[in-house]
Amino acid sequence: MTATTAAGPTVKTAPKPKLKTSAMIASFADPGQKTTPAPFGHALVKAAQENEKIVGLTADLGKYTDMHIFAKAFPERFFQMGMAEQLLFGAAAGMAQTGVVPFASTYSVFAARRAYDFLCLDAAEPNLNVNIVGGLPGLTTGYGPSHQATEDMAIFRGMPNLTIVDPCDSVDIEQAVPQLAASEGPTYLRLLRGNVPTVLDEYDYTFELGKAKVLRGGNDVVFVSSGLMTMRALQAAKELAAHNVDVAVVHTPTIKPFDAETVLGEINTDRLVVTLENHTVVGGLFETVAAAAARAGVAKRILPVALPDEFLHAGALPTLHERYGLSVDRIVAAVLGAL
Amino acid sequence: MTITETVRAPETASLQERVARVEAAAYRMRHHVLNMGEAQGQGYVGQALDAADVLAAVYADQLRYRAEDPEWEGRDRFLLSTGHYAIGHYAALAEAGIVPVDELETYGSDDSRLPMSGMSTYTPGMEISGGSLGHGLTIAVGTALGLRLQGSGARVFNFLSDGELDEGSTWEAAMGAHHHQLGNLTAIVDINALQADGKTDTVLRTEPVLDKWAACGWFVQRVDGNDVGALLAAFDSAAAKAEAEGKPSVILCDTKVGRGVPLLEDREKAHFMRIDEHEWQICREQLTAGYEARTASEGESK
Repeated sequence: MTATTAAGPTVKTAPKPKLKTSAMIASFADPGQKTTPAPFGHALVKAAQENEKIVGLTADLGKYTDMHIFAKAFPERFFQMGMAEQLLFGAAAGMAQTGVVPFASTYSVFAARRAYDFLCLDAAEPNLNVNIVGGLPGLTTGYGPSHQATEDMAIFRGMPNLTIVDPCDSVDIEQAVPQLAASEGPTYLRLLRGNVPTVLDEYDYTFELGKAKVLRGGNDVVFVSSGLMTMRALQAAKELAAHNVDVAVVHTPTIKPFDAETVLGEINTDRLVVTLENHTVVGGLFETVAAAAARAGVAKRILPVALPDEFLHAGALPTLHERYGLSVDRIVAAVLGAL
Repeated sequence: MTITETVRAPETASLQERVARVEAAAYRMRHHVLNMGEAQGQGYVGQALDAADVLAAVYADQLRYRAEDPEWEGRDRFLLSTGHYAIGHYAALAEAGIVPVDELETYGSDDSRLPMSGMSTYTPGMEISGGSLGHGLTIAVGTALGLRLQGSGARVFNFLSDGELDEGSTWEAAMGAHHHQLGNLTAIVDINALQADGKTDTVLRTEPVLDKWAACGWFVQRVDGNDVGALLAAFDSAAAKAEAEGKPSVILCDTKVGRGVPLLEDREKAHFMRIDEHEWQICREQLTAGYEARTASEGESK
């Protein structure tokens, strides 16, 4: 599916290259960046080769959530539920009750907004091993509010028993999938699909469910980030070095349960604390960190880099990331302004 | 401990014997319901009485289970979607020997295993947490898929109400069951024509119910849900159809709120029926009198 709505202002003379709303699932990889194709689909196949209980389901979005890789490898363990998200997750819960381990994919907006009641009561209350795979988390599509799950973590954080994972890149996803399958209760993965940037392989890093990791140290600023914003945080840290600002980056891919111990240990210093998330400023990483700090009596100012509390525009992803403050340039400017 | 498997009814039993067995179970279950209602002073007694014959047909005739081991892997699954019918389901679980009869008086009390709205995390033999209506059939589709995938011959029964036909998710599941050809799934719809805000046809018209299910590709039967002979025949036909065509089956059961207790059958129908303290004993006496009169006349006609 493609659309051709122009995003930027029309300039009559000396036309700039027109950025277009990209395909629904736009890549947020930078030009020339190292990427890995469909890391979730391949990781699920690998996990399923080792664990015969794993099954895959989708609600008419197999191709758009990389579930088609699994469907091709294990056709008899793949279940197409049609464009029916309540059925998708109710059925996933029913399957889990019989002892199989379902991974059920759709877009995050539909999982969080449309099927919440089914996930909450059918999967989370009985603490079943239902793994929700949500595509297009936060601002990863230019299609506007119908597809942009800018508040998915805010919605899901209130659900007891649910583990929430916001992976940075293909490394996170590949390592997370088997751990999600092995963990007992329900999980929600903020899926990055297609050609997903590969970033964390350059760091001494492994994904551990429930753990935050310090990716780099720094004396002036501490970034606490999750999801694709960890990639941006690492890029911004490099640029800030040119401004003689030394930045540490703490990656917190598990949003719930939150590794408050590691994060509080890092923010309880004289450094400027910045949270970075691909999510509305309401109810996501910023508020998770702020609540953990307040509860522990850590009185720190925390600067949020997050999406605003509003319905976002349609347009091209680079335009929108720049507009709403997720781009590296905007991060660097925000930090320099706050120091 | 000896593990006994309750297989539907003995294969040698005649239909007449099966009917008598189910009717006797339904009678005892209705007494359990009245006793629970009295102990709590309230409850969804009207619905439990209307559904007692259906629940008795399931537990005393259809379901394979082990009372001593409610989690037995090979069991048939009975999924109660209508959480508020739990009072009727507890009566069935007591009749089945899964919940002790003595425990029924704790219904709805603090720390009881028998909450007002049925939950799988509280009660042995309760497969799902119902109550948010429109969930049961979606879960049942997954249960049936999961069992089939793992080569189990167990069957899945989902009990839902006509009110739940208002919920779009029920129809998502109806289409899904047909698409996946779930012959191991039987839906049972209690059509008591009553919802929280009044009569079903004034709240949201669901008729023609039979045509809707048929259009979704199900094998549909509509019976008097308080006629045990008709119910058992419908279950038999459903099983035969599933065997032959691999289609999901639905049995639409027209039932009467308060069934078996004339005082309640004639009372103005309400989702939450008011019963005064002195009336419980009258209800029990009417129930017993009606059952005895019916079995006596059946004995004479033999």
